[in-house]
Amino acid sequence: VRSRTFFLLALLVGAIVFGITVLIDNNYLFFAGYVVLQFIVLATAWNILGGYCGYVNFGSAAFFALGAYTSVAIHKLSPMPIPILIIAGGIISGIVGLGMGYLTLRLRGAFFAIATLAMAVVLQTLIINWDFVGGSRGAYVIRPNVVPVLDAYIQWPYIQYLFFLMLLLAIIAVTTARLIERSRLGFGFASIRDDELAAEASGVPTLRLKLIATTISGGLMGMAGAPFPYYIGYIEPAAAFGLSYAVNSIAMPMIGGTTSWIGPLVGAILLGTLQQVATVTISSAVNLLIVGVLLVAFVIIAPKGIVGLVEDRLRARGKR
Amino acid sequence: MDFSYELFINAIVAGLLLGAFYAAVTSGISLSFGILDIVNIAHPAFIILGSYIAYIVNQNLGLDPIVTCILMLPVFYTLGAAVYQVYYFSFEKRGQEALRGLAFFFGLLFITEVMLILVFGVDYRYVDASYIGPTWNVGFVALPLRMLVPCLVSLLLIALLQLWLTRTFTGRAVMAVAQDQLALQLMGADPVQIKRVAFGISIATAAVAGAFLIVIQPVEPSVGREYIGRVFAICVLGGMGSLPGTVIAAMLLGVVESFTATFYGPSWAPAVAFGFLLLTLAVRPAGLLGR
Repeated sequence: VRSRTFFLLALLVGAIVFGITVLIDNNYLFFAGYVVLQFIVLATAWNILGGYCGYVNFGSAAFFALGAYTSVAIHKLSPMPIPILIIAGGIISGIVGLGMGYLTLRLRGAFFAIATLAMAVVLQTLIINWDFVGGSRGAYVIRPNVVPVLDAYIQWPYIQYLFFLMLLLAIIAVTTARLIERSRLGFGFASIRDDELAAEASGVPTLRLKLIATTISGGLMGMAGAPFPYYIGYIEPAAAFGLSYAVNSIAMPMIGGTTSWIGPLVGAILLGTLQQVATVTISSAVNLLIVGVLLVAFVIIAPKGIVGLVEDRLRARGKR
Repeated sequence: MDFSYELFINAIVAGLLLGAFYAAVTSGISLSFGILDIVNIAHPAFIILGSYIAYIVNQNLGLDPIVTCILMLPVFYTLGAAVYQVYYFSFEKRGQEALRGLAFFFGLLFITEVMLILVFGVDYRYVDASYIGPTWNVGFVALPLRMLVPCLVSLLLIALLQLWLTRTFTGRAVMAVAQDQLALQLMGADPVQIKRVAFGISIATAAVAGAFLIVIQPVEPSVGREYIGRVFAICVLGGMGSLPGTVIAAMLLGVVESFTATFYGPSWAPAVAFGFLLLTLAVRPAGLLGR
């Protein structure tokens, strides 16, 4: 399928999902759905660097929080429409990703991974010490109840508006990932993942490609974080930098499968839904444990993830 | 804050004491990451595990935390050897250590932390020992015993480790395994077995570091995260796999952190290690005593 057709199809699927959610007319569904969609964006973003290039980013939470705190900072100065905040969050996180990548990507992959892990701690320290965005006390972001559309003729409940934006963002992220996968850029990324030295020797501009991947990946994570303060209403560093974002954005692609755009999508939907159910029925600590155990189990037993398992099964059937 | 000579000297001494503790925390990483090239980001989780074991034994049997951890060394060694065995068969043998191996250790780190939270909650835990309260005063220099005891034991531990690495056959084989596996095999040593021994010892050091940690400060499950940046910063700055380099780098970081805490406030201290790491990676990736 051509990319434009794919995008239109994705929009159609999105419209159907949105339509069904509106028809069911249960506010909880919007709140839960928003979180799952947010994880789709994060997992897809992580996979652009992690799955395609083979570089592990442990700082997803930091990029996410950077987007969220960009929104808070702008909100304190003068409130702006959320789409603008999303773009601003994306730009800031993208720039930080580029800077981090520039300093560490010239070295071995492990250094980049460690640096992202450490970066999360440092950014959290900075935010805790920055009183303007609430410091360690956190900040309240009061959101209106409804959004006026078409000069206030139709009133749109705010959570539906946020859900809609996140749905759009998820569609854009997945389409971008698919586009990259099938372009020259994607082949370049794959060559880095498979054998960086050989790629370099064949004239692939590895550093530039890695920087592009880091920037796109970080930018998308920041975009996912930008509407977060409006969703949650009260933001504090420990919540925004929560380890659950970091572990989920790694676990979801790993469980789904890292080589194509379907993997993170499948992983995010399955794991995201599972966690929403587990949080309500058991407890939030137990659901994090489930994610951790699943991650370890999958990387040991099924390195190609669910998508890999299904493909193997189909291939085996085809041979028979 | 106005500058005072006494404060200055005290900050340096406190930093050196802290640095010796950091050296103990990092020595395991210097072995696993520096020499064996295994990016064990779960190391701080093993340290916290050591802290909690010291805490349980101390609360129930009243045993000294540092004695406890020395008794725990074989257990942690076995644990480390087991983890390496899983790592080797699942990732190293298949050549997948870069992406999935890292995710594996990240998962271990995460599971350990969440399990500790589920069992013990997020309350801070501490131990009782005779040397936790008192402070020796040498002139105007304060030497808190709860820092001094871990400092001395830590330096002893690292000296023993260095002797083992340079004077015994197995130790030299560990140094060799990173350089040339084939040559090692020709000398009649099994690289996998050597790596398993070395990784086991690296995890065993975590038991000792964990006991020091809970002597120095109260511990809760997520404290380990603060140490990830520190240990890798020290390991890289010291020069991968060089124990003397690790000690120097750890002391350096300890002093700088101590100054930051004294003159700017303790909430900035975690950022220092990261600055160190980025600076080292950007300017001299081989580290201070790197080859």
